[in-house]
Amino acid sequence: MRFNLDKAMGIHETALYVRARRSAVLTSNLANSDTPDYKARDIDFKQVLKNAEGMKSGGGMQMTNSKHMQVGGYNAATAELLYRQPFQASLDGNTVDAQIEKAKFAENSMQYQSSLNFLTGKFKALTLAIKGQ
Amino acid sequence: MSLLGAFDVSGSALSAQSIRLNATSSNLANAETVSSNRDTTYRARHPVFSAVMDTFNPDKATTGVRVDGIVESQSELRMRYEPEHPLSNEEGYIFLPNVNAIEEMANMISASRSYQYNVEAMNTTKQMLMATLQLGK
Repeated sequence: MRFNLDKAMGIHETALYVRARRSAVLTSNLANSDTPDYKARDIDFKQVLKNAEGMKSGGGMQMTNSKHMQVGGYNAATAELLYRQPFQASLDGNTVDAQIEKAKFAENSMQYQSSLNFLTGKFKALTLAIKGQ
Repeated sequence: MSLLGAFDVSGSALSAQSIRLNATSSNLANAETVSSNRDTTYRARHPVFSAVMDTFNPDKATTGVRVDGIVESQSELRMRYEPEHPLSNEEGYIFLPNVNAIEEMANMISASRSYQYNVEAMNTTKQMLMATLQLGK
């Protein structure tokens, strides 16, 4: 069996990337909490990961012939940003609720840390397998 | 790398909020600066924020803040009848700035809270990056 580092890392690599991107999006929301007409944005993590996983497990184009060209899979980097539905309209057209954004930001950074921990676990397992002790 | 972009975004927010805080302090400091005519009287100043899309970044995740400019409040100046005042005009009136102290205090609290949580966001981002650097060790 051929070893593939991408496969060894599983979905965690994509998850980490999406978490990092979501963190930047939420930071932008916090930064623009006083900007008139700014609309708060977010990433639907579940959906993006589902799409990415679908591509990995062959949900996309499949190569049935050796002459087929590799088609670029789902790109988590360009997954579309959605707009948040505000609970309360504000007069200046801004839809950032700082409390919600802060909560989401804290949640996302914890999830980022857990993705990192999963990856560290994978690395540890590989190192163990290489050293054999 | 999105996380490094988050630093720039938080930085732009800190800069914008500190400009807002500066404007507030100058408004409060000049709340009682009298003058003898309308044109030379201090007017309350407020910054105008706008969002800057990072269009060069392919992942389009970051949106910073920019201060578009400072606008002077166009609301009516306060006039007070004080003929003994050295700066009073021919009719005996002095002009006071249109600074609304309550509004300014609310602005100040809002600006300082925003500043605080942007610093917090920056710190969290830093911790996330530091943890990433330790990956695989």
